[in-house]
Amino acid sequence: MKICFTLGLGFLSSFLISVYGQNKELIESIKKGKDIYQDFCITCHMGNGEGLTGSFPPLAKSDYLINNRAKSIKAIKYGLQGEIIVNGKTYNSIMANLGLADDEIADIMNYITNSWGNKNDDIVTEKEVSEIKK
Amino acid sequence: MKKLMIIPLITIALSACAQQTESSVKAEDPQNISYTTELVVPDMSIPWGMDFLPDGSMLITEKSGELVHFKNGIKTNISGVPEVYNRGQGGLLDIKLHPDYENNGWIYMTYASSEGEGTGGNTALMRTKLSGNSLTNQEVLYKAAPNTTKGQHFGSRIAFDNDGYLYFSAGERGEHFVNPQDLTRDNGKIYRLYDDGRIPEDNPFVNEPNAKKAIYSYGHRNPQGLIKNPETGAIWEHEHGPQGGDEINIIQKGKNYGWPVISYGIDYDNSIITELTSKEGMEQPLFYWVPSIAPSGLAMVTSNKYPDWKGNLLVGSLKFAYLERLVLENNKVVKRIKLFEGLGRVRNVVQAPDGYIYVGVEGKGIYKIIPN
Repeated sequence: MKICFTLGLGFLSSFLISVYGQNKELIESIKKGKDIYQDFCITCHMGNGEGLTGSFPPLAKSDYLINNRAKSIKAIKYGLQGEIIVNGKTYNSIMANLGLADDEIADIMNYITNSWGNKNDDIVTEKEVSEIKK
Repeated sequence: MKKLMIIPLITIALSACAQQTESSVKAEDPQNISYTTELVVPDMSIPWGMDFLPDGSMLITEKSGELVHFKNGIKTNISGVPEVYNRGQGGLLDIKLHPDYENNGWIYMTYASSEGEGTGGNTALMRTKLSGNSLTNQEVLYKAAPNTTKGQHFGSRIAFDNDGYLYFSAGERGEHFVNPQDLTRDNGKIYRLYDDGRIPEDNPFVNEPNAKKAIYSYGHRNPQGLIKNPETGAIWEHEHGPQGGDEINIIQKGKNYGWPVISYGIDYDNSIITELTSKEGMEQPLFYWVPSIAPSGLAMVTSNKYPDWKGNLLVGSLKFAYLERLVLENNKVVKRIKLFEGLGRVRNVVQAPDGYIYVGVEGKGIYKIIPN
């Protein structure tokens, strides 16, 4: 009984530590991501992630971003060209390869997936970005 | 009670300031257009700059750092291109042949470079010669400093005037409160040099202590259009504003073009950068765009191939994916026409020596505008 209790407490605390730890990491990453967003992304995707209908797809409540985690990372990492459908609207333009480092891409992903009504607790890490190939 | 009243008043005052004054002339759809586009150089990514060799072949810069020679339908990559800092808006930018290229062979390029102290990059100007499929005799004529990892506002375009001076632009590198108004710092400037990189003795700030002596005009944000007006010989420029406030300016010696003290634009998050649109000692633009079109590339039509467009300006719109034609009367924009809507992100427009207009479009390539 005592062992069960100790074990249970152990699991609980390690669970709490990992959730809290990730949360802290996520909050840090979102903060950094916001700065990078203002440097590299805001001119097209705009201040509230609203984009510009017909030219630049929205990030705010974007079904593409929410449902295509790997593709979204790939787009930031290598650029994107050709037709995509976002929230029912077709976009056919080009986003340049931005020359960002993997950790910066992770930060931007964490920022844009947790802003303007978007929510994503599952942190994007530098390692995850590094594993996305062209 | 008094305090409580102040809050709504402030809110009203702020929102009133956020109201931007739209451009005096709106862009119209074309009535009947007697020209069409033909894709002559396909499969390009971001064809940033282009110029034409005496044999009619094309040199095209790709932002990622390749220089493409397009001749008789074949693309050849030129070696010896400087290493570029390809990050954000930086990369290989403009290219321009010396007005006397046939005799001296000089080619000029601007690019984002990591040379010098500090991490990151900043705008550089190089001259070089083309020998076979290689660049030789590379000389870096100017390198803006300091380097920064910020992604924005490198400029850059190159132009020559009738007196042999070279002009090029460098944007303010995302530091609008630091660079454009400070003559001791690079960035947010138009520079003037001799064609070999020497600083002209009569540049406006040569006697200003600690000033960057190559500066010709200042208070710029991000100029990506710079030409010699072929009719008057004056240097014409356009630059990106923030949200709203793109401008066309005639560049004059020593003048302050106001950024960020005066602007017709606001920030991307709708916050106010400045409430002033004019101030003594600062130049008013010849024209401003609200909303922004995100202008890149500038040409003035003089060729007989386009009689309907003679004397008009052509400006690429990165934002709305069309080519804008602006009709001028006495240095005032009186009409704006959207040409080829849906063409793509227009990065560049040039009137070639053969009289035709060529347009660089991102993700597509180079289009030639031909009469129907």
